[in-house]
This record gives sequence, C-alpha cells and structure tokens, in this order.
Amino acid sequence: MAAQRYRSLKAVNPSLNAVAETRAEIRWNVHADRHQTRMRSAPSSDAFTLRRRPPQEKLIDIGFRQLTLLLAASVGIVLIGIFLTVFSGAKEAMATFGLKFLTTSAWDPVNEQYGALIAIYGTLVTAVLSLLIAVPIGLGTAIFITEDLLPRRLREVIGLLVELLAAIPSVVLGLWAIFVMEPAIRPFLSLLHRTLGWTPFFATAPQGPGTAPAILILVVMVLPIITAISRDALNQVPIELRQGAYGVGTTRWGAIFNVILPAAVSSIMGGVMLSLGRAMGETMAVTMIIGNSLNFSVSLLAPGNTIASMLANQFGEADGIQVSALMYAAVVLMILTFVVNVMAQWIVRRLSLRY
Amino acid sequence: MSFLTPPTTSAFGERLTLHYDPGLKRNRFNQIANAIAAFFAALAVVPLFLVLIYVLIQGGRLISLQLLTQLPPAPGLTGGGIGNAILGTIIVTLIAAMIAIPVGVGGGVYLSEYARNGWFSRFVRFGNDVLAGVPSIICGVFVYSLIVATRIFFDQSYSAMAGGIALSVLMLPTVIKTTYEGLLLVPQEMRMGAYGVGASRFVTITRIALPAAFTPIATGVVLGIARAAGETAPLIFTALFSPFWPDGVFHPIATMSVLIFNFAIMPYEAQNELAWAASFVLVIMILGANLLARWISHATRS
Amino acid sequence: MSSPSPSSVASDVCMSLQDVTISYGSFEAVKNVYMDLPRGKVTAFIGPSGCGKSTVLRALNRMNDLIPGCSLKGRVIFDQHDLYDKRVDPVEVRRRIGMVFQKPNPFPKSIYENIAFGARINGYRGDMDELVERSLRKAAVWDECKDKLKESGFSLSGGQQQRLCIARAIATEPEVILMDEPCSALDPISTLKIEETMHELKRSYTIMIVTHNMQQAVRVADMTAFFNAEAVEGGTGKVGYLVEFNETENIFNSPSQQSTLDYVSGRFG
Ligand SMILES: Nc1ncnc2c1ncn2[C@@H]1O[C@H](COP(=O)(O)OP(=O)(O)O)[C@@H](O)[C@H]1O
Ligand SMILES: [Mg+2]
Repeated sequence: MAAQRYRSLKAVNPSLNAVAETRAEIRWNVHADRHQTRMRSAPSSDAFTLRRRPPQEKLIDIGFRQLTLLLAASVGIVLIGIFLTVFSGAKEAMATFGLKFLTTSAWDPVNEQYGALIAIYGTLVTAVLSLLIAVPIGLGTAIFITEDLLPRRLREVIGLLVELLAAIPSVVLGLWAIFVMEPAIRPFLSLLHRTLGWTPFFATAPQGPGTAPAILILVVMVLPIITAISRDALNQVPIELRQGAYGVGTTRWGAIFNVILPAAVSSIMGGVMLSLGRAMGETMAVTMIIGNSLNFSVSLLAPGNTIASMLANQFGEADGIQVSALMYAAVVLMILTFVVNVMAQWIVRRLSLRY
Repeated sequence: MSFLTPPTTSAFGERLTLHYDPGLKRNRFNQIANAIAAFFAALAVVPLFLVLIYVLIQGGRLISLQLLTQLPPAPGLTGGGIGNAILGTIIVTLIAAMIAIPVGVGGGVYLSEYARNGWFSRFVRFGNDVLAGVPSIICGVFVYSLIVATRIFFDQSYSAMAGGIALSVLMLPTVIKTTYEGLLLVPQEMRMGAYGVGASRFVTITRIALPAAFTPIATGVVLGIARAAGETAPLIFTALFSPFWPDGVFHPIATMSVLIFNFAIMPYEAQNELAWAASFVLVIMILGANLLARWISHATRS
Repeated sequence: MSSPSPSSVASDVCMSLQDVTISYGSFEAVKNVYMDLPRGKVTAFIGPSGCGKSTVLRALNRMNDLIPGCSLKGRVIFDQHDLYDKRVDPVEVRRRIGMVFQKPNPFPKSIYENIAFGARINGYRGDMDELVERSLRKAAVWDECKDKLKESGFSLSGGQQQRLCIARAIATEPEVILMDEPCSALDPISTLKIEETMHELKRSYTIMIVTHNMQQAVRVADMTAFFNAEAVEGGTGKVGYLVEFNETENIFNSPSQQSTLDYVSGRFG
C-alpha cells in the first residue's frame, strides 16, 4: 500500500494518559493484593507489595511474546503454504508437459493438450505496455504535485483524487471498461487498424474485447501506484538538495532532471517494478475486457489472454489434468511476480543514495 | 580594496541583464515541460471522474429500498435487488478482518517490539513484502486447494468462511506492515517511561505503545478492509455466489464484487443494471472507508 | 557606513537593502533592514538564533522563493536592478549570486560532475577538467579529491563535502557568494581550512557569511552586521531587526549599541 504515509504521530496525549493509567492500575493492584501479601512476609515498606513480580505476570509476559512470535511466523507459514500448494497441484502437469508447456499454445481440454504460451505472452505484453504508458504519466503527475507549480491546496486535491482512483475495485473498472471505455475507444482503435494495419500489432480489426483495451484499463490501475510512490520519493529528496541546485542557478526543470530525479531514482524504479508485479497479477478488470481467447495472435486489437484471467475463467469448472495445467500456469505467474517483487526490493536497497 | 571588479575574464557567456527572458531556450523548455506535466496530471485524474460519473449515474439512479433489500431475479426476469450481496460482502469482509487484524497486529508487534534484526525477523519482513505482491487470484487458488477442494469444514466445499480466509490472506501483509511501521514511530522514551515505573513488557506494549500508534494502525487497517471489500478474484472460487440469502458461514455466499463480475458478462439488461447498482453501493462504501481513514489520521493530528 | 541611505548607491556598494521586511505568511521575521553591502569584502551577519540572519541572507539571491508563503517588502538593489522587480528572473540572479548552505548538500553525482554541473548550466565553454581542478584547489579540497573524481560526492566526509559545495559555488564564478553558517557542522580543522579558503576567495568575490562563531567573524570579516530579535506587542513571535552595521573592529571593540556590546562580550544570546 504505497499511499499510506504516517508522517506524524499524534497520539501523544492519550499515551501520557495511558502512563498515568498504568500507574493507577499498579496502585490498584497493590490495594487488591494487600491482604494476601501481608501474610507472606513483612516487607520493609508496606505500601509496595509488588516489588517482586508475581509469577503470573511473568507468565503473561512470556506467553505474549511467544504468541506474537507465532503470529509473525504465520506470514512465513502462509507464504510457504501457498508455494507448496500451487507447486504440488502443478506437479502432474509439470511431469506431463514439461517445459514445452511454456512454449506451446495449445489449450485443448478435449485432447488434454495444454500449453500456456498465449497466456504468458499476454501477461508480459499487457503488463509491459501498460507500464510504458503509465510510467511517464504517473511520474509527470507526481512531479506536478510535488514541485511548486500550483498552489499547495490544489496539489493536495489532485494527489487525493489519484489516491482515490487506486481505491476503486478492479471489478468496477472492468464493468466500466466493458460498457463505457471499450465502445468509446473503438473508433480510435479502428483508426489505428486502418493506418497501421500493415504491422502485425494492429493487423486485426477491433471487435470489442481485446488486448488493447486491457492495456488501457491496466494503465488506469497502475497509474495511482506509480504516482503515489514517485510522489513519496520526490518528497523525500531533502530540501537542501533542491536549494543547492537552485543555488547554482538551475531552472526548475534543470533541477528536476539533473538533481531531484537522480536522487529519487531508486525509489521510483522500485515503485515501477512493484507496479509491474501488480499489472502481471491483476485479474478482474483484465479478464472482463481482454476476451479470454485461446488462439494466439500478435495483434493488440485481437482478443488475448493472461495467466490470471485464465485462472479466473477456468479454475472453478476445470477438473482432471486441466486443474493441474492451470496450477502450472499459476506457478509461472507466481515466479514472475516473485522475481519482479524481489528485484523491486533489491533496487530500492542497492541503489538508494545516502544523504 | 583593490579588487573591486568581479571576475570578468571568464569563459562564461555574457550576463548583462537580470530580466526574465521568455525567449531563452531554457525558459521555453521550462514552459513546455510545465505544460506536459500539467497535461499528464489531467490525464491521471480524468479516469477517476469518468468512472465515478458513470457509476453514480448508471448505478445511482437505480437505488431504491427494494434494490437494497431484495434478492436478484432469475436470468431473464427483471426487478429484484442486491440485498443478499450487500449482506454477503459485509459478512465475508468481517470474517477476513477478524482473522487478519489480530494476526497482523500480533505479527507487527513482534517485529517492532521483540525481534532483533536476526534472520527470523528479516525473513518475516521479506516474506511479508512477497506476500503483499502475490496476485490475489493465487490467494484464491491457494484457499480453494486448501479448504474448498478438501471440504475441510463439515464437508462443505464453497463457503463464506473460505472466502473470508482468502481475503484475510490478502489483508494480512497490510496490517502487519501498518502495525510495524506505526509502532516504529512511537518514541523510545515513551516505552522507557513505562518501564521506568515498573511496567512489564506486556503492559508497556498493550497499554502504551499500541495506543500511541493507534492512528496509523487504524488508518492502515481501515484502508486494508476497504481494499478487501472490493476484491473479487479470491472469491470467485472460494465464496462462489448464491442467489439466496446467506445461510450461515459454511455455505456459498453472494458478494457484491462477484455479483458485478457475474452479472456484467450476462446478456440480460436487468442483470447488467444490477451490476451497476452494486458498483454504486460498493464504490460508495469503499470511498467512504477511505475518507474515514483520512479523517482518522487528520482528526487526531491536532 | 552604518547610516541608512536609501537612495544613493555608491559605486563600491555591491548590494543594497532598502527598508526590507520579510514575512513568513503573516509573521514578520525581519523588519526594516537598511544595509549597503560593500563589494570585494567579507561581511558577517551575527546575532542570536531566530533573529532572521538566514532569512536576510536567502533574500539576497531569492532563495526564499522556494519557501511557500515567504514574501518580501522593500528593495534589494544589485547591479542597478531591484532583485524583486517582477521582470527579474530568479535563475539569472542565482547564477550571479551563489550560495553555500549550512548542511553540506552535494548532488547525487560524482565529485567531478558536482562541479561541472553548475558550470555547464551556466554556459561554461572553457576546459572543464581545468575548471574542476581550479575550483577544488580554491576550496582547499583538491588533495582529498583528486584521486576519486569519479566517485560519488557522498563518499567524502562532512567537512570535505562542505568544501566540495564551496568549490561548486566558486566554479560558476558568481560575483557574490552567500554562506549560511558554512562551518556549523564541521570539526575545527575543516573550519580552519574553510576560513583560509574564504581569505583566498575575498580577493575576487564579495562574500556574505552568517556565523554563530564570533571569533570566526573577527577572523574573516571586514564588516559585521549585528541582528537581534524582540517580541512585539500583539505579535506571534519575535521580530528581527538590524541593530548595528559597521567595520568588524568597531562592532567588537567599540559598538555604539548596548545590546551589541552585551552580545559580543557574551553577556547574552
Ligand atoms: N521556512 C520558514 N517558515 C516559517 N518561518 C520561518 C521559516 N524559516 C525561518 N522562519 C522564522 O523566521 C525567523 C528567523 O529565522 P532564521 O532566519 O532562520 O533565523 P537565524 O538564521 O537568525 O537563526 C524565526 O522566527 C523562524 O522561526
Ligand atoms: Mg540560520
């Protein structure tokens, strides 16, 4: 969740109250236990009978620690559980189809022949192309709302709107894509087909659902992530560095391109990789608009498929080796997103500059 | 006294006037770059307005008491409502929150209060980031294999419980991260103060540190719940769907997000309309939760 | 010299402040400053914290433009221009009036590029290697840097980074260099080196320096301005003003104001 920032900690007063309360409670315990402890021994000062911690308090302390340890471990358990489940489900298909699964495009439940090339290709193409569009727009937006081009209020409003866009559920975006966006952009896609139809990428006439609308809806989905992360990264560039740049006489965009962006580049790159992972794993909006085709086509205007949308469409009704083949595809998706996410973290850590 | 002149024998170009010259190359470049950035910002905001306008118009005009309280019609028929889906979304999200909040807050407490920077805490933090990046559809596949296919709950396959568990897997990383980062912001002096009056670790954490970090944690949790409420992919083959009112948590259940998905791709206008109406309710709920989260973090700031 | 003379600008005056009042929002941080800063000399700004020294210094090259809500009334004359005239380009101003900041702030670039960047955007056409070396030498940091010009500016120590920033400011050959407590984050040895650098620099530049260190003012400055701040009726905070501006010797040996004497003799502040 990129958009969450907790700049300031406000609850100072309540906690001070809590300190006082704790004191009061300790004192309360003193009174409550007095008649018991009096029998045990005669401490030098009668008022503080809890100088020695009662054993149950120590037990609570240790028990609480072990409990939180267990809860923290649950992350690892769930993660490993996911990997094991999906891998073991995929084992049969792995044994049957081997690596050929990744390079063939047959998806034939009747003859039980499965290859995930269409879905893998679609996953990569939609994710990469959507990022190619979304990164410049998101970065431009982030610059626009962090540098002093506008009054601060207005910038905050724009930032809020972009964050709210991130909150809209993808299934609603999918609905909107089916009934509003796709009909609206079809004339433009037809124009693309007529002018660029000689290239394989626009070789087919657009007829409703397809890869191109799916890419556009992915742009809408990753744009807020890129904007939010870039905005945080730019905000973290220290004011001194900006002053330094202006101090040698740069213009605003001179400072942005030469000093501010280079200082923020690692976080921005990390954010871009995170969005890539999101785009590859995004399911609902894509599956509603991509057409879920089982035939391979290079054309962006033709229906396509992604691993996630294939899972969403077929997993519920599949049985036999088809389930296993779907699990195999899920393994591929998991590895792709895993690699991308780990790279994102690595980039942030390795490339980050010291200030 | 003697060097009164500035260094004029320099290799720099002549710099005579201080006046702003819009024709200068660098100033023209600045103007163009400003315009591009403004255009991009407009592009980023436009989809939100378009989506919101359509959801408000297409969905909002259908809202009525009947719509909010009745069951969806059979395919081909008209009328009806989305009452069961609204209730179902609330139930499934509640189940998810009831699992993810205690587990996540506990895990976050461990990471910030107990863990030294050893391999275990590094692994958990890393695993948390990885888990946050696992596609939500994979969570669905996981819970399907673990719970639905094994019929682990009273021999029931699809169930509200399974859906809630799938959503909780999705929420967990958010809650952990939020708690961990919120607790890191609590100044060490505050804990020292509590230890100083003889409070135990348990009391210090639960009575001092957690309340002090309440705002960021609550904000993050509300945002996490809002995100989970809109998720569809983990539910389509765990909670499945049901045209009837919820029948306990161990049976399939309707949710608004799955209803939107199912009804959007049906060729019946009545169902399409219900999809818009459900979108309206869902978007209002989620934007409301987002604004609530913002309000929490603002209200306690002063 | 200390008498305010708003209209006449003598030829050896580099910058002239005429009835300058600077506010952050509605809060007036410094009020009614008149000053004629002489060319080719070092002028020190001294005074207790929060009296507006940095604010005035930043006003001299329009660095305050970067702070939302900061506004200036009055006139700052430089080279026959009022710097706050609408037609004046702040970028142009900063190219001629360079600045060194309190905290070292090298760019996220190599040491070489840190120097070359400013020169390049100022349209430098000469031999860049030579300029880099000359600037680093002038800033007394060449020996430490010469073997690692390609390394990041962050690889230097704090004192070295600050001298790198001075070199960066010199490299653009401004007419004036503003320094805001350039030594406050440095150890005594680095401080000494930077003071030597300043002595070197004042042969060709006009320098204004804010310092908290009175010995430093005595050591490097020809002229000294003493600022103070006072609470005013109905105000939200203390308002800064210029108490006295004179030759450094006079300020420290025979100040005309009691508060100056109290401050320089360490009796307050
Ligand atoms: N960015 C700012 N925003 C608001 N007020 C400021 C800002 N910078 C300085 N001030 C206020 O202006 C006054 C003068 O500050 P400053 O010029 O930094 O003093 P000095 O450098 O002499 O210590 C102080 O009261 C300070 O609180
Ligand atoms: Mg200062």
